[in-house]
Amino acid sequence: MSVLLDRDTRVLVQGLGREGSFHAARMKDYGTKVVGATKPGKGGTTQDGIPLFDTVAEAVDSTDANTSIVFVPAPDAMDAMLEAIDAGIDLVIAITEGVPVADMLKVTAVLETATTILVGPNGPGAITPGQAKVGIMPAENFSPGGVGFVSRSGTLTYEIADLLTRAGLGQSTCIGVGGDPIIGLPTPDAVRLLNEDPATEAIVIVGEIGGSAEERAAEYMRAEGKKPAVAFIAGRSAPPGKRMGHAGAIVSGNQGTAESKVRAFEEAGIPVANAPSEIPGLVKRALRR
Amino acid sequence: MKLHEFQAKQLLARAGIPIPDGRIATTADEAEAAARAIDAPVAVKAQVHVGGRGKAGGIKVAKSPAEARDAAKAILGMEIKGLRVEKVYVERAAQVDRELYLGVTPDRDRRRPVVMLSTVGGMDIEEVAATNPEKIARGWPSPLLGLLPFEARSLVFAAGVSEKQRDPVADIARRLYSVYVETDASLAEINPLFVQKDGSVLAGDAKLDVDDNALFRQPELAKLKEVSKDDETEEKARALGFSYVQLDGDVGIIGNGAGLVMATLDAVRDAGGKAANFLDVGGGAKEEVVRSALEIVLANPRVRSVLINIFGGITRGDEVARGVLDVIRTHPPRVPLVIRLSGTEAEAGRRLLAGAPLGSRETMDDAAAEAVRLATQPVRA
Repeated sequence: MSVLLDRDTRVLVQGLGREGSFHAARMKDYGTKVVGATKPGKGGTTQDGIPLFDTVAEAVDSTDANTSIVFVPAPDAMDAMLEAIDAGIDLVIAITEGVPVADMLKVTAVLETATTILVGPNGPGAITPGQAKVGIMPAENFSPGGVGFVSRSGTLTYEIADLLTRAGLGQSTCIGVGGDPIIGLPTPDAVRLLNEDPATEAIVIVGEIGGSAEERAAEYMRAEGKKPAVAFIAGRSAPPGKRMGHAGAIVSGNQGTAESKVRAFEEAGIPVANAPSEIPGLVKRALRR
Repeated sequence: MKLHEFQAKQLLARAGIPIPDGRIATTADEAEAAARAIDAPVAVKAQVHVGGRGKAGGIKVAKSPAEARDAAKAILGMEIKGLRVEKVYVERAAQVDRELYLGVTPDRDRRRPVVMLSTVGGMDIEEVAATNPEKIARGWPSPLLGLLPFEARSLVFAAGVSEKQRDPVADIARRLYSVYVETDASLAEINPLFVQKDGSVLAGDAKLDVDDNALFRQPELAKLKEVSKDDETEEKARALGFSYVQLDGDVGIIGNGAGLVMATLDAVRDAGGKAANFLDVGGGAKEEVVRSALEIVLANPRVRSVLINIFGGITRGDEVARGVLDVIRTHPPRVPLVIRLSGTEAEAGRRLLAGAPLGSRETMDDAAAEAVRLATQPVRA
């Protein structure tokens, strides 16, 4: 068991450009079933051995794809996500950076009446180590196991996965939810999936300054938590009013401070690591209890 | 990206929202002429991209063109929170009876736009939200439908707007919402929204922040972008494809990925130091990008050591090493460098760097501690 993706996941690539084709190849290397890609006007041909389709609906009909990964550049990313949702894809993972907030508000409004789960945009994707990778993460840092992992950041996810793996703590599923203010699967929803997953024994929640997703995740775990969790918040030293790279990582007024997030986790009985290097130790201690 | 009040007001006026008669001036002469043309008492208002300009003396009321001239003379050239005032907006003074608040912004938690209306205007809305949250009426329109007439009506009732102003305020709310949508704003705000003594409603101030990610489809607004001296480095970095934020410490930071760079900043603080900047080279940075990142960080005179923290995914350790070596070879840095390479091609990168005059560490924590230690050493001659 795992959440979102497993060895039966059938992936369609939207945006088979330079980045898309590079990562499609690496996903295939990992063993992920990449069953097709969309390229309007090129339907019926192939690229790098991947069958091309004019539309997502057509690709779903011919390949039974249940997941799509979006590399389409920001100006057209909303269209790509909506096309996948319209075609009834179960899981859409959007890697694209820089999607306008107004576009994401429309996409999430459509999601309210759809069955699709959207992960991202502006994240590294998701991986169920040993089964499937739908994302851009370097797979060698991940290993199969029981730690569920939710993160708003990309490289920090690799860093922490590497630390967990070195400490002998494999992962059930790692979900990079994305660094934008409006995303498809916010941290609390991703935490809920892992909390309900029998294969996940402990949850690592990696947050950032900005917004209140971590506070809501802490509140959810306080009320419904079935397994131990450990948290880390990046940006504790960031000054207010400065956007730290991610559009979502900004403290405005008294909203989104690291203190508020740390307090929320501590009140929920979830230990908060001061540095990524402390996470494996805290996970081991939490699992022993 | 922030717009000035006068620019925001032009957009409001175009959408049919009443604004006071006003003119922009860059000299005292122009301000006097503007006041003469308006032919009534005026407010002379500094146009700068910071809040709190009233408290800083950036707004003055003038009863005559001569007074407007003096006011402009006093305000033009003054510094408000480090920003020099280059323009004033000369505007007919309103006959204010009451002040309301009206604003639209995305609500991250609900994932919808939120429209806020309050009869406690003129104040910092965050302050009102903290002390009297019941004084702010909120509505969450569907981004697919926009602010519907019934939603605007519900807002004016919930906020307790007086009977005479209900219709005009509901109408202004719907118009402001359309400005918010059409300009791809991350904030559209009228604060205060004046109710004048004769009962009419008028935008007293206007704030419009545009989503930087949407500027590609807002060419008219993109032209209004002003780069202040403080932001020059940030702009230069953006043009090179990475994000840079100036901070006030002395340990220069370069990393890949926003979260990792933030965690690096925190590690520096935990080691007792202070970061001079945030710099994310982004994914897949090549040799040249690393070189220019290092040059930008080293150009900050406060920097006393530089910490490079790379966890390679798409970014390759050998590319990073080559960029760093190039800088060391061509312009030997005046401060010590510490590097931590991990992930893709990190081994190759470390091999390239062997023997180079810089500290290499295995972990982020060790590298941060070393960079902080070096920042406290005397600068090499």
